[in-house]
Amino acid sequence: MDVIINGKTHQVQTEDDTPLLWVIRDELGMTGTKYGCGIAQCGACTVLIDGQATRSCVTPVGSVAGQAITTIEAVTDDAVGRRVVDAWVANQVPQCGYCQSGQVLAATALLKQNSKPNEQDIAAAMVNLCRCGTYNAIAAAVRQVAQG
Amino acid sequence: MNSMTHEFAPAGELPEDRPVNLSRRDVLGAALGALVLGVALPGADAKAQNTAAAAKSAPRVSAFLEIRTDSTALLRSPFVEGGQGVATAMAQIVGEELDMDPARFTVECAPPGADYQVVGGRRFTGGSFSVRSSYDTMRRVGASARQMLLQAAASRLKVPVASLTTEPGRVRHAATGRTLDYGALAADAAALSVPENVTLRADKDFRWIGKPVARLDARDKSTGKAAYAIDMQVDGMLRAAVQHAPRLDLEPGAFANEAEVKAMPGVHSIHRLPGAVAVVADRWWHARRAVETLQVTWTDAAPGTRRAMPSDFSSEGRKAQLAAAPGPGIAAETVGDAAATLKGAAKIVTATYDAPYLAHGQLEPPSALARWNEDGTLDLWVPNQAPEMFQTLAAKAAGIPPEKVKIHSPMLGGFFGRHFIYETANPFPQAIQLSRAVGRPVKLIWSREEEFLRDALRPMGFVRFRAGLDANGLPVALEAEAVGEGPRDRWFGRKPDAADGSAVEGISGKPYAINNRRVAHVLVDDPAIIGFWRSVGHSMNDFFYETFFDEVADAGQQDPYDLRLRLLADKPRHKTLLQAVGELSGGWKRGPFTAPDGSKRARGVAMASPFGSEVATIAEVSLRGGAVTVHDVWVAIDPGRIVNPGIIEAQVNSAVALGLSSALLEEVVYAKGVPQARNFDGYPILPPDRMPRVHVRIVESGAPMGGIGEPGLPGVPPAVANAVAALTGQRIRSLPLSKMKFGAS
Repeated sequence: MDVIINGKTHQVQTEDDTPLLWVIRDELGMTGTKYGCGIAQCGACTVLIDGQATRSCVTPVGSVAGQAITTIEAVTDDAVGRRVVDAWVANQVPQCGYCQSGQVLAATALLKQNSKPNEQDIAAAMVNLCRCGTYNAIAAAVRQVAQG
Repeated sequence: MNSMTHEFAPAGELPEDRPVNLSRRDVLGAALGALVLGVALPGADAKAQNTAAAAKSAPRVSAFLEIRTDSTALLRSPFVEGGQGVATAMAQIVGEELDMDPARFTVECAPPGADYQVVGGRRFTGGSFSVRSSYDTMRRVGASARQMLLQAAASRLKVPVASLTTEPGRVRHAATGRTLDYGALAADAAALSVPENVTLRADKDFRWIGKPVARLDARDKSTGKAAYAIDMQVDGMLRAAVQHAPRLDLEPGAFANEAEVKAMPGVHSIHRLPGAVAVVADRWWHARRAVETLQVTWTDAAPGTRRAMPSDFSSEGRKAQLAAAPGPGIAAETVGDAAATLKGAAKIVTATYDAPYLAHGQLEPPSALARWNEDGTLDLWVPNQAPEMFQTLAAKAAGIPPEKVKIHSPMLGGFFGRHFIYETANPFPQAIQLSRAVGRPVKLIWSREEEFLRDALRPMGFVRFRAGLDANGLPVALEAEAVGEGPRDRWFGRKPDAADGSAVEGISGKPYAINNRRVAHVLVDDPAIIGFWRSVGHSMNDFFYETFFDEVADAGQQDPYDLRLRLLADKPRHKTLLQAVGELSGGWKRGPFTAPDGSKRARGVAMASPFGSEVATIAEVSLRGGAVTVHDVWVAIDPGRIVNPGIIEAQVNSAVALGLSSALLEEVVYAKGVPQARNFDGYPILPPDRMPRVHVRIVESGAPMGGIGEPGLPGVPPAVANAVAALTGQRIRSLPLSKMKFGAS
């Protein structure tokens, strides 16, 4: 089937029910998208599907054929994504960094849909887990982009 | 890990070190034109023999620096970066003396080697030890390299060395205004001898040490470029997944559907491993799906199997076992005469406390990539906190000499103590076996479910306290028996008639002037695989002690903050810190009080002395729907001296999050010998909406440098528990708080 990732169409040979995460990581060799829990609890595997933050570990690849998928590798191709990354660096958000691909994409999705999120909007959208506890820095970075 | 230091000389007592030029000895097989520098530590052989597990190679303090022709530097750090910021700290320290902007450094975790044994004759990344143990050595590395670059420039320019100075990344001849970049001098400098003596910068002249220098890895980690062990790929690699025996002492027997599994997509082969089965496949998802489809009959291991897990083992049973274990145990701290003082006390306070098993829950699941090479060597990419220890055991697992095992230590997707050698908790022996069996490189990843089944847990803790008060309500005697097993002695050897420091730290070593004390360890072997968990014994013992302290204060009708101040009257460092956190929080108030939003709130305070640092913590809580909400946590931390205040603040935030997560939510529950939760749905960890505001004040007392990664944690559970007790009147003697129901308040 054809899978469109970061604007490029990939022909992939796998079963329809293979999680998108493992197609991205193992078939296509793009390792920025992370495996954390496999059951949509942590959000480390977050990608954008037609702009929506989506947990790729429970998304069958067959369900997203033809849709536009964005992974962390392409986040800086987008103007909002670039601002989010810059804010992440400015706020020194990452510690171990393992969850941050998913966090950056979750923030990018939020800010593309709502350029001026309030605290409740941020809390509702930024729900990925971070075992290093970078939550306050994440919220500060999102606020910084929102205040532009 | 703090406790491991008991076997070591304090870092400050390490013998004087002297750098040697390793590029001439071809130690690294370094690229031509690169200045490669290490630091030898003469006279350290004797010390090695005094350590419990002396390495065969001479222990030397070492760090390797390679200056490239483009005037950037590659630093082979003795330590692995796992979020704690040590890569940046190492670049700051070396860069300060070398006179090179830390931003121009690339930092890697060094491969195994005798040269890297910088932590008291060994190497590990843990115990909040990295910066404090290597600070002086790394400064000398930078200073020596700078001196060699100056010497090379003097020869090149035919001027006296004394006429030259440096500015970041280059040498300047002030008289003529000529400059030479470090990169242009690196090859010449590499041919020179390392100077016997170097002058270190005065602290007042620091440009980078002590400043909130930006992390070197922030952008890569924000753009998915950072590569962890789980991301490693090599040519011809297959992928593997395992299904572990549900209980530790079971072995795989018959397969009911082997043919079916073999025919599943992508499957290469099925394998029996000790205590597990594995499928090797083209893709990890194929391997995982196949191995989980495999129907295995698990058989009991032979009698006498080490670490056999009883089939009736449960958390509840373990707690009852600890409660029933009689004292008096092995004394860890004895001051005055606690027993006699208790007999004469005006009032006695007794209580028992417990805390559960905890999982690490680092977000990167364990993995190992093994590749056997044609020359008989083995490459192993493995998340680890101790490359040489992994090399030794990997060699044993592979049946080859250690020097034939090349350990690669990628950055860690969180660790918190997870990546030490823990027997069945490490996937690398499985990967080695699988790679040999299939004759190709194999990357094994444990699913999150397999990780929850085999993680090395923070042990369950249980403590009995007795305190005696005088007629004025002041504590004059304290007895504590910590019951259970600590991870230090499990993995680093038990000494007869000596308490395990990792079982008592945080109950012993408290600064308060209670002049009759006995703290003891009652050893009860733990059938679970136990391990180091961020702040180790302190993670629960400071909760036990500091929460009991509030019980004692209340029994004597003393305010808990004021009583702490009073009992620290002769401890200026601690007293200053307690006052600092009081001030940071706007002045101590216990409550209950009504907040501007109408909620009823209270505050709790706690102190801890972990890993060479001192910490004072205040937390403010309220109740919502019977559950505890933590609004603010104020932390004053005194690590003596500092390298990066920005990273310290981040580490304190992180430690608060993990400490709070343990206090509110976390508990590994065993039933029938098996941990019940297999993923984050059954083992919740702190989510963003429960993260409090965190306020940090760094106090630099000038005391010897202490640790940073762990010390922020131990004060959090007791500060929260004390606040909840002040708010509700209910004592908190067991964690997590999610087990308790609180009335509307």
